[in-house]
Amino acid sequence: MTIDYSEKIPNNVGLADNRTLQRALEHWQPEFQSWWADMGPEGSTNFDVYLRTATSVDPKGWAHFDYVKMPDYRWGIFLAPAEAERKVNFGAHKGEAAWQDVPGEYRSNLRRLIVTQGDTEPASVEQQRHLGLTAPSLYDLRNLFQVNVEEGRHLWAMVYLLHAYFGRDGREEAEALLQRRSGDADNPRILGAFNEKTPDWLSFFMFTYFTDRDGKYQLASLAESGFDPLARTCRFMLTEEAHHMFVGESGVGRVIQRTCEAMNQLRTDDPAKLRAAGVIDLPTIQRYLNFHFSVTMDLFGADVSSNAATFYTTGLKGRFDEAKLGDDHLLAGATYPVLEVRDGRLVTVEAPALNALNEKLRDDYIKDAAAGVERWNRIIDKAGIPFRLRVPHKAFHRKIGPLSAANIDPEGNVVDAATWARHEREWLPSAEDRAFVASLMGRVAEPGRFANWIAPPARGINNQPVDFAYVRFG
Amino acid sequence: MAEPDPKPGPAPARLVTYDTHPDRYRHWKLAFDGDVATLAMDVDEDAGLRPGYKLKLNSYDLGVDIELHDAIQRIRFEHPQVRVVVMTSAKERVFCSGANIFMLGLSSHAWKVNFCKFTNETRNGIEDSSRHSGLKFVAACNGTTAGGGYELALACDEILLVDDRSSAVSLPEVPLLGVLPGTGGLTRITDKRRVRRDHADVFCTLVEGVRAPRAKAWRLVDDHAKPQQFGELVRRRAAALAATSDRPVGARGIALPPLARTIDDSGYRYPTVDVRVDRVARHATITVKAPDSDEPTGADAIVAKGAGWWPLAMARDLDDAILMLRTNELELGTWILRTEGDAMRVLTCDEALDRHAAHWFVRETTGMLRRTLARLDVTSRSLYALVEPGSCFAGTLAELAFAADRGYMLALPGEPARAPAITLSPANFGRYPMVNGRGRLAARFYDEEAPMAAAREAIGRPLDAGAAVALGLVTAAPDDLDWDEEVRIALEERASLSPDALTGMEANLRFGPGETMETRVFGRLSAWQNWIFIRPNATGETGALKVFGTGSKAKFNRERV
Repeated sequence: MTIDYSEKIPNNVGLADNRTLQRALEHWQPEFQSWWADMGPEGSTNFDVYLRTATSVDPKGWAHFDYVKMPDYRWGIFLAPAEAERKVNFGAHKGEAAWQDVPGEYRSNLRRLIVTQGDTEPASVEQQRHLGLTAPSLYDLRNLFQVNVEEGRHLWAMVYLLHAYFGRDGREEAEALLQRRSGDADNPRILGAFNEKTPDWLSFFMFTYFTDRDGKYQLASLAESGFDPLARTCRFMLTEEAHHMFVGESGVGRVIQRTCEAMNQLRTDDPAKLRAAGVIDLPTIQRYLNFHFSVTMDLFGADVSSNAATFYTTGLKGRFDEAKLGDDHLLAGATYPVLEVRDGRLVTVEAPALNALNEKLRDDYIKDAAAGVERWNRIIDKAGIPFRLRVPHKAFHRKIGPLSAANIDPEGNVVDAATWARHEREWLPSAEDRAFVASLMGRVAEPGRFANWIAPPARGINNQPVDFAYVRFG
Repeated sequence: MAEPDPKPGPAPARLVTYDTHPDRYRHWKLAFDGDVATLAMDVDEDAGLRPGYKLKLNSYDLGVDIELHDAIQRIRFEHPQVRVVVMTSAKERVFCSGANIFMLGLSSHAWKVNFCKFTNETRNGIEDSSRHSGLKFVAACNGTTAGGGYELALACDEILLVDDRSSAVSLPEVPLLGVLPGTGGLTRITDKRRVRRDHADVFCTLVEGVRAPRAKAWRLVDDHAKPQQFGELVRRRAAALAATSDRPVGARGIALPPLARTIDDSGYRYPTVDVRVDRVARHATITVKAPDSDEPTGADAIVAKGAGWWPLAMARDLDDAILMLRTNELELGTWILRTEGDAMRVLTCDEALDRHAAHWFVRETTGMLRRTLARLDVTSRSLYALVEPGSCFAGTLAELAFAADRGYMLALPGEPARAPAITLSPANFGRYPMVNGRGRLAARFYDEEAPMAAAREAIGRPLDAGAAVALGLVTAAPDDLDWDEEVRIALEERASLSPDALTGMEANLRFGPGETMETRVFGRLSAWQNWIFIRPNATGETGALKVFGTGSKAKFNRERV
């Protein structure tokens, strides 16, 4: 049976006329569906979920809401509209017309960038697949599913590039994206953070706030690419990524709000008492924050990186907001500060700016991430509680790069192993912390009801009330 | 280097061609006496191919070698009665003093390398004709035989040296110029002449060389005679060699007319070969065409067709295209090999080549094809074969695909009528050995039994992409949806890589296990020579090659590398 993929798959890439792409999708789509059935949200096949579906790239089209069963979700292929006469804006090809085809010279590096980005999308779906069983409300369950289907769509976006521009190699890579599994010892996902478990909803919110924000910065850098289809794909993905970060920021905010309410109600800041009352104490939230922030720091890659320099010079991956930066966009001879451990202290040294591009992107990210943490602090302030959440030092708890060799506390002090061991439980979630958070997780499935450890949101989705049936169980 | 390498841009203004004719020779005299041809070197010192040097003392440049190559070609085809070629000198007291040093000093690295390669190929061709076609060569060294002059003698079956108490054979490159006897000399004294290695060591560091008696004792020459007896010795040895030859008696040769070649900005066009250049993408597309009408199959008709017989016409056109591109288009780093036309006609010619293999003209034509394909093998360009609809990679032309570094074949499983095919013939099983002595398929499969048996079993059957992949005949078989992109990307990717690294990589991969004298000449000797050529000890401001003849002494960086 022939399927009319242009009918089935919303797109703005001329799918109806692109036989190469249709043929590739004929093979890939069934594999994707079987992957979704195996590794997508557990037990969710028959749920009617109130989801947003992108049907075009204009503001109305990508905010189309309706009930849909997730396996029937219309994963589409969208590129942001083309900019007329777009140029390569940085590196050795600066000023040349942006590439509409993959330059043969850069095929393998481009493919690697796309595969690495693409691999994170199904990975996070896999990491989150059990969370539906312990959702604190229908509203949150729906948000989880929305994030999941959109990660799925981001996978489609990357697979589109592989199929449309990388021939047979691209098709093989697209299949491999469905074959790797998060946390699988034999066949793991490419990046370490995407093989970690997302065991509970606090982790999920932290993940969508911190780790999806790394995605935002990676996508924004790729949206500057001289390879125009990649740039346009990533620009559209950024519009969806914003929702994921909203889920994270509002989710953590609601946990904090509920904790603050309980603290004021019980007039205590004693974690034991608060835990007994079924809410998550602020120091535990701080430790989760520390963990997710530090894991995400590592996702930006080595502080001094020759790959980053190559990707930039060859026009494949730019900086965040490249076009708005006022330098030569070549970075020849420029330097950028990076951290090193010397004589038991962190010191700043100047590295060639080209090699320090990961560090620059990390710093851009930190500013953005810290702003949201301040918004959380406002919730605490408003409740009149003298406690502040803090973003740890960027060198804290690193596993990649030269800083991983040292023990560095959240303030950025290099400490010895004994000191680290003594304080680790204050800085990072302990097994007991995780067990406690896990103990709170239980499914709440009635419209308008919320688990005790989290406050309801201020408003619903798409102007629906908070007690709307965001998910209907079939 | 005195002369910078050419800059990218439009076609080179001063095109070098390999066209010549005995009527126009400036440097050689060709004479015939029964079954002996005498090729006497008489270099016109004012007729260098490029300005800036004089070709004194029978020294040579590319122009001299082009004439030598032409003369041997004409002896092969136009003078089938010739059984022995006597190489000698028309000058007093000097046979040949080798490549012109001032020319080398003025040349770019690329020019030197290309010049040496062509020289090597011509010398290998001399031995090829002796081995396969019964054409024997005697070097009658009637005076000083130095450097490249002795290397030329080494390519002959026998070397005779006049014993006048001053003439010597020598390889003075190391002590005099700080380079190697790099066009086969160093290899042939051991691999061919079996000179003991300590004698060879002494010989190669002696500027003045070795005179007659010791030269014979060390196997550097086969015999010697006093000036009065030298002519007689040469005649005697020529007659003895002629007796070992099976070149035909009383056959009439076929004329080699000038090639019907036109040159324009987009490339070269020949009746059977079309070359299109793309200077932006830096590649050349070489399309070899099958016969456009039925070729004769009987021996007489084939001879009657002469140089117009497709196998010979195609070999000559392709050979010239290879030489022209190599010499004039240094930046076209990838050659795309295509074919076009009726595969059946190619296979019919292949059958004729087999059926009349013993006929002198067919044998010479096979030799020309063998040498032309071997020229492709040692070409320092990336070779990609594209097997597309309308192509005719069959038998002899399939060798082009097997000479290539990669082969891409269009898969059209849904359209068998249009799908391209590769067809194997006996020609692919040893008729055209590479310089390593192996056929291209045998080399491709390392002589392993299973793939060779499978390929042999497929002889005569048009093989589509699936079958060609299964037999290991092509690298990849993209279908029509993928083809354009796969090929574009493969070419762009290749063009982006280091030309030096590619040259080295390709040369290593093309010639697998097993060395012959020829592979050692192209590999070990040329590769070392080309390294020495770019070292300051040879070509720096105080390098030995650079200061030769100036009275200054070379200054070396004494570090052994």
